[in-house]
Amino acid sequence: MLAFLLRRFAGFVLMLLASAAVIFLLLDLLPGDPARFILGINASPDAVAALRLQMGLDAPALERFLQWLGGMLGGDFGMSVTQRLPVAQLIVERLAVTLPLTILAMLISMIVGLPLGILAARRRGKPADTALMVLAQTGVAVPNFWFGMLLTLVFAVTLRWLPTGGFVPWHEDWIGSLRSLVLPSLALALPQASILARVMRTALVDVMGQDFIRTARAKGMTMDEAIWRHGVRNALLPVLTILGLQFAYLVAGTIIVENVFFLPGLGRLIFNAVTERDLILVRGATMVLVVVVTATMLITDLTYAWVDPRLRVRA
Amino acid sequence: MSLKTSLTLALAGLMMTSAAALAQPTEIKIGVAFEPPALDPTAGAAEAIDVVVYQNVFEGLVRIDKDGAVQPGLAESWTVSDDGLNYSFKLHDGVTFHDGSAFDAEDVKFTFDRILAEDSVNAQKALYAPIASVEVVDPLTVDITLSRPDGLFLFNIGRGDAVIVAPESADNNATDPIGTGPFAFVQWDRGSRVILEQYGPYWGDKPALTRASFVFIGDTGAMTNALLAGDIDGTNNFAAEALPVFEGNPQFKVLVGLTEGETILATNNRKAPFDNLLVRQAMAHALDREEIIEGATYGYGAPIGTHFAPQNPDYLDLTGTYPHDVEKAKALLAEAGYPDGFSATLKLPPVAYARLSGQIIASQFAEVGIKLELVNAEFAQWLEDVFANKDFDLTIISHVEPFDIGIYANPDYYFGYDNPEFQALNETLTATTDAAERTKLVQQMQTIIAEDAVNGYLFELAQTGVWNAKLEGMWPNSPVEGVVLRDIHWTE
Repeated sequence: MLAFLLRRFAGFVLMLLASAAVIFLLLDLLPGDPARFILGINASPDAVAALRLQMGLDAPALERFLQWLGGMLGGDFGMSVTQRLPVAQLIVERLAVTLPLTILAMLISMIVGLPLGILAARRRGKPADTALMVLAQTGVAVPNFWFGMLLTLVFAVTLRWLPTGGFVPWHEDWIGSLRSLVLPSLALALPQASILARVMRTALVDVMGQDFIRTARAKGMTMDEAIWRHGVRNALLPVLTILGLQFAYLVAGTIIVENVFFLPGLGRLIFNAVTERDLILVRGATMVLVVVVTATMLITDLTYAWVDPRLRVRA
Repeated sequence: MSLKTSLTLALAGLMMTSAAALAQPTEIKIGVAFEPPALDPTAGAAEAIDVVVYQNVFEGLVRIDKDGAVQPGLAESWTVSDDGLNYSFKLHDGVTFHDGSAFDAEDVKFTFDRILAEDSVNAQKALYAPIASVEVVDPLTVDITLSRPDGLFLFNIGRGDAVIVAPESADNNATDPIGTGPFAFVQWDRGSRVILEQYGPYWGDKPALTRASFVFIGDTGAMTNALLAGDIDGTNNFAAEALPVFEGNPQFKVLVGLTEGETILATNNRKAPFDNLLVRQAMAHALDREEIIEGATYGYGAPIGTHFAPQNPDYLDLTGTYPHDVEKAKALLAEAGYPDGFSATLKLPPVAYARLSGQIIASQFAEVGIKLELVNAEFAQWLEDVFANKDFDLTIISHVEPFDIGIYANPDYYFGYDNPEFQALNETLTATTDAAERTKLVQQMQTIIAEDAVNGYLFELAQTGVWNAKLEGMWPNSPVEGVVLRDIHWTE
């Protein structure tokens, strides 16, 4: 077990180092000068030069890379060149929106998706199953931002129950904060719930055909008992994989929904930083995403081992 | 009428007026498409900075009014010497910055010294180059000496780039702006909004609004919904394609005006075949302005025939210099030695008017035999290619700086127009302060660049605001960048 943990952890660290190098290099190759972007088309060349100097853009690449890496190890992500604030602070501010949004969306998709998947598997081949799967197919096909716009039209513009977008900071009015996350998390959750329902159904149908279920049934368990005691737990592996992927996708991929609901999330921060060539900010934020995604994968792996003892030995 | 009745009536009247006063909102939420990267207007060119802070949080010695005229600001009056080289400003007494510190002549000197310093990062530093010295005469008097007369000096010191800042707070203005304006900065929820509040001890007339939020909404659909739901009260410049939703709606008013943005088909005059006047004339004849304005701005842009704002009294209508004429264009191309036309690239920055105009122009040019390859570029990359490296044939951009015809006098500027006659005229113009004389000169300059067809002159960019119908006092045009809150108020 210890060897397994060590190996996984070493892989995690190597992955981070490799990502850091790639992120740094790729962004260094990006054409476009941040100083010129800030000062615009009428700027005099000496003002642009002065700003470049002030932003520390003239040092050699290797020096800047090592400085960046060293800083991050000590928790210092550097200063944003456009916003003149510590990158770490900017990222934390945005995570206060992105993380709750992601978690809320995941919870909704699990609460909706998993029971529906189980129900469909239980009624396999029956009209309920067909209806649910048609619904899930539609849910996967509908883009989340379009669904978000639809939700806004109904619940914000017409009924005026919820705001059309924006975000109230948590410390100011946490109920308001929650209210502003309702529609976006619903929009994000719909496709995820549909995927979860489909995966849950397939996995469960698979498991229910196995010998140990027949044995359980032969011992006198009802179908429902067999599903709950043996079926669901065994069907969880593929579901966990999907959940891990979904979490990573939601943290990094909510930018379109953030735009539709003008939420100050991580996606919009990175998008604007790329446009403004605030490279240090892009690098820091991308690195945080890499950590979140690889850590999620690590946790998923560890959870496998917990759910399925066989993997601990094999790995 | 007994005393009691009249008292009751008076009281009732009082209550009614106070109830009405209470009912009158004094807050406003304004949607803006771009979030400023920082809030210091003296250290960045982003329009989004001025939109939030210009004349709201920060003020200059003078201010630009809604018609583009210079009005007294922190300086209540000034005198100019006969040679136009010495300006003596009398400052307002009793002005304080939002941190409570007093404003005086030292702050003015600090502000201009900072703009002109070696390590200055002011985006418009060049505009203030004529300033030779700034001297504090007494706490309420400042003398500014110029090295050469400058007809635009007063206008330029009224811009956001020259607002007065204090030495104690200047370095933090990017995140915590401290000015002398009628509104003080309260908080910035990055990614969502900036909140300003009326500054109690403000030296001038109190604005009607007590609180203003600028809400950042980049998506057109989201902005439309926010307006319809009443989550925001207006937006200063909304996407033209979304306006029909509001035009027939009595709850809203659509304000159509013009910006200072001359949108041009910028042409690399250094490069063959564009160094040939005949080719440029042919391109000018190939353009159909009406079609471009209809297609790229939904009809809201105003046609221009030169690099000057049509709402300016000195504007000369030169749209007829090279009227749309396909045959003439072909003949000119043949005369220039391109009977079969030629191929070129058109680099487009990521703004809707440029991308749309680009497609229309490509089809118009195809009719005369000029094949354009459209290349979409991201803004930072476009700046690098076009402005820094001058690596382009044609591009489309709106020049939003007011009175910027002087850029044609700089042969190193990106479109590379080098005409000594024009340069001499520009020098005379900057040294001229007499209004009538300036008009004559500036019209001469407009004519030269129009006839030389330096760039393709397309349209003046419109400003299309959508506001709650009960709001008054917004500027329809934007002679300078900014959403000036001082006159905005709610009516019943």
